[in-house]
Amino acid sequence: MRIRLEARGQPSRRMVWLSPIVAVALTIAASMVMFAILGTDPVAAIYNYFIDPLTTRNGVAELFVKATPLVLIGVGLSFCFKANVWNIGAEGQLTIGALAGGGLALAFYDVDTVLLLPAMLVAGILGGMAWAAIPALLKTRFNTNEILTSLMLTYVALLVLSYLVHGPWRDPDGFNFPESRLFHDSATLPQLVSGTRLHIGWLITLALAGVAWLMLTRHIIGFQIRVFGMAPAAASFAGFRETRVVWMTLMISGGASGLAGVIEIAGPIGQIVPVISPGYGFTAIIVAFLGRLHPFGVLLGGVLMALTYLGGESAQSTMNLPNAVTGVFQGLLLFFLLASDVLVRYRIRIGSVMRGSAL
Amino acid sequence: MAPPPRLELIGITKRYPGVLANSDVDLKIMPGEIHALLGENGAGKSTLVKCIYGVQRADSGTMLWEGRETDIASPNAARKLGIGMVFQHFSLFEAMTVEENIALGIDADLARKDLAGRIRAVSRQYGLPIDPERYVHTLSVGERQRIEVVRCLLQNPRLLIMDEPTSVLTPQEVEVLFETLRRLASAGCSILYISHKLEEIKTLCHKATIMRMGEVVAECVPADETARSMAELMMGANLVTPERRPHRTYGDPLLVVRDVNIASPYQHGTDLHDIGFEVAAGEVLGIAGIAGNGQRELMGVLIGEMLVAQADSIIIDGVSTGRSGPNRRRIAGFGFVPEERLGHGAVPQMTLWENAFLSAATRLKLLNRGFLKVRKSSEYAAKVIEGFRVKTPGVTNVAASLSGGNLQKFIIGREILQDPGVIVALQPTWGVDAGSAAAIRQALIDLAEKGAAVLVISQDLEELFEISDSMSVISGGRLSTARPAGELTVEEIGLMMGGVHGAAPRGSGKAEAHAHPA
Repeated sequence: MRIRLEARGQPSRRMVWLSPIVAVALTIAASMVMFAILGTDPVAAIYNYFIDPLTTRNGVAELFVKATPLVLIGVGLSFCFKANVWNIGAEGQLTIGALAGGGLALAFYDVDTVLLLPAMLVAGILGGMAWAAIPALLKTRFNTNEILTSLMLTYVALLVLSYLVHGPWRDPDGFNFPESRLFHDSATLPQLVSGTRLHIGWLITLALAGVAWLMLTRHIIGFQIRVFGMAPAAASFAGFRETRVVWMTLMISGGASGLAGVIEIAGPIGQIVPVISPGYGFTAIIVAFLGRLHPFGVLLGGVLMALTYLGGESAQSTMNLPNAVTGVFQGLLLFFLLASDVLVRYRIRIGSVMRGSAL
Repeated sequence: MAPPPRLELIGITKRYPGVLANSDVDLKIMPGEIHALLGENGAGKSTLVKCIYGVQRADSGTMLWEGRETDIASPNAARKLGIGMVFQHFSLFEAMTVEENIALGIDADLARKDLAGRIRAVSRQYGLPIDPERYVHTLSVGERQRIEVVRCLLQNPRLLIMDEPTSVLTPQEVEVLFETLRRLASAGCSILYISHKLEEIKTLCHKATIMRMGEVVAECVPADETARSMAELMMGANLVTPERRPHRTYGDPLLVVRDVNIASPYQHGTDLHDIGFEVAAGEVLGIAGIAGNGQRELMGVLIGEMLVAQADSIIIDGVSTGRSGPNRRRIAGFGFVPEERLGHGAVPQMTLWENAFLSAATRLKLLNRGFLKVRKSSEYAAKVIEGFRVKTPGVTNVAASLSGGNLQKFIIGREILQDPGVIVALQPTWGVDAGSAAAIRQALIDLAEKGAAVLVISQDLEELFEISDSMSVISGGRLSTARPAGELTVEEIGLMMGGVHGAAPRGSGKAEAHAHPA
């Protein structure tokens, strides 16, 4: 009696979508063990973590508020990862996008115009793109590894943010708190449901997920990206150039991350603060893979991940669990997802090895 | 009483998920016999051999070694019994000497005592000239194969399995190998010879077992058969040889290549030197050569994946395209059939309509403001499937789900139905079943008869002689001057493949080749 992995003849399409569900189930099981070891009632903890946050209208609204940046960034990253371009610096692109859009809001602080908000969104997209252009340029010109350059630029971006909110962009009437002025109404996103923080950024996100799906499946840009990721030699046979694919994917994901950044500060936050994102840019990497690099999958994955943020906060306040639980959850989920993905190519066989009976 | 067979298989059955690879296979090999295992790709030859060599286990069946029932659990056990195998793909370290490579592949105690001396002795005994001191990267493919053979012989095998050994050899090298195998057999060693080259089997093998779709369909004495009759047994159908008009006239040159010099971007690649040739409308030019002599690089230069220095080094129907990418060349009328079907000519995980779009988008205008015309692409893919009898349930199936022959028919059809003025195909029938191969060759000939210039680069001399009007040879990155195929013999081409350097002027190919014996 033993357990072994047997290669499948073909990758299983069913397992591609079943594997995230298996991963979620295993994550919950493992975290229940963890809660038990910590001395809390595992069932109550899971309830507090996953169900309780969704029992109020506000909680549901918060779920989509948190899902907005995760989905936006995750959809953008799907383009990159499908082409085997590994942009790990979405957090930095988000930060620069927020600064570009936020800078605009501060510069036109006294101007009341309906054009300001759209201009901020565009500025955010361009800011994210500009930050992603650095690894793109380095990769296409000098063949540097985009994993390293994009990741390191994240820390540069965070320091730029820190400098600006502590220095030039600090609110003059803010008692020296490292925060910018609160944005004007014309620089903040309209609410979607009054009394909650849910804003139209979520609708923008839904629309862009649809556009992304269309781009990936029906547009030549998505086609080039997919061919390049699956078979680089076939891409050059078809006349698709690698440099163009690298640029396109980094611009798309940089732009999406930048947009997520500006939506954060123009939406739920309403000003520039020292910490704009609790690591959305990194969590979105998990979201992208959880969603199988498919825009609609990413949508579901983003909502699930948003729940882990909410659950972490809820567990913190009601059960006195440390905030690190959120990180542990997300780590476990990625770990189990990668492990379950083995089942796409292999099946588990339990039992004695079948040997040639008469051989 | 006659000695028992060296190896006897009774009722071997092996099933993979979804495929019955071997079904109730019987095989009997006598001592000193050269026994051919013959069949198309996918007939189950490799699976059977893997079972014999202990790489795979059969699901059921009996294996008798010299009359005794045996269970071969691993390649190691097979070697202990006295079974040696020479694989189609060598496992040699380029940066090590012959002796070091051999020492790595045999039992430790065998490797210790005066290995170099024994290598020399074996190579003398069987006529396999090889120097144990030389580094592998300096050796030709034929010489590398000798290392593998010598490695087996050092272990005094009583059954030697050879998997498609001649696919990488020149005709002259094949002769040397056959001489060795005959000597081995007369010394009592049995040989299981896997191939689909019928002429070779006729000259070399005493008996043949023919497999089709996992089953043994016939046993025969190759000397009593014709190549045609064996091929029909192998395919289970009547073989159609391509037909063509005997006298043909050519039009203007549609593909003109001159002064192509380019360094290979690949590791262990071959640089191209002064490549120049022309293919006229209606002509089939065949370029022969052993793999690794610059074919891949030449193909890259023609497709436009590698750009040459001068635009007018590659002229397609009057348009200079040496500096242009693949799609400009497609517009000028060029169609390409790369060697790798999966991953180069087609994207394995993509559907057939997407793969039709892959190369036909430019010429057939399958884009509408950046969006793929799904219906038109699907219709085109369906037209290819129908026109070239591609066996598949439909255009939404992925390329990887097709058999090699069917996918190759799809790729060739995809290029031909774009109505190209010029087409180049690298190894168009490599690894393709005989039925599909015949259809592909016919399609290329038909295209030429309709006035296209056809260039076929292949290792398969039989194929080239069958379809070419003119032939030249690529060797060491240089191309010989093309000559009418009717003037050439297999021997001449073989000698040139083994070592002609530079474009041999008309008639001197033979003399020059003699200076470099294969």
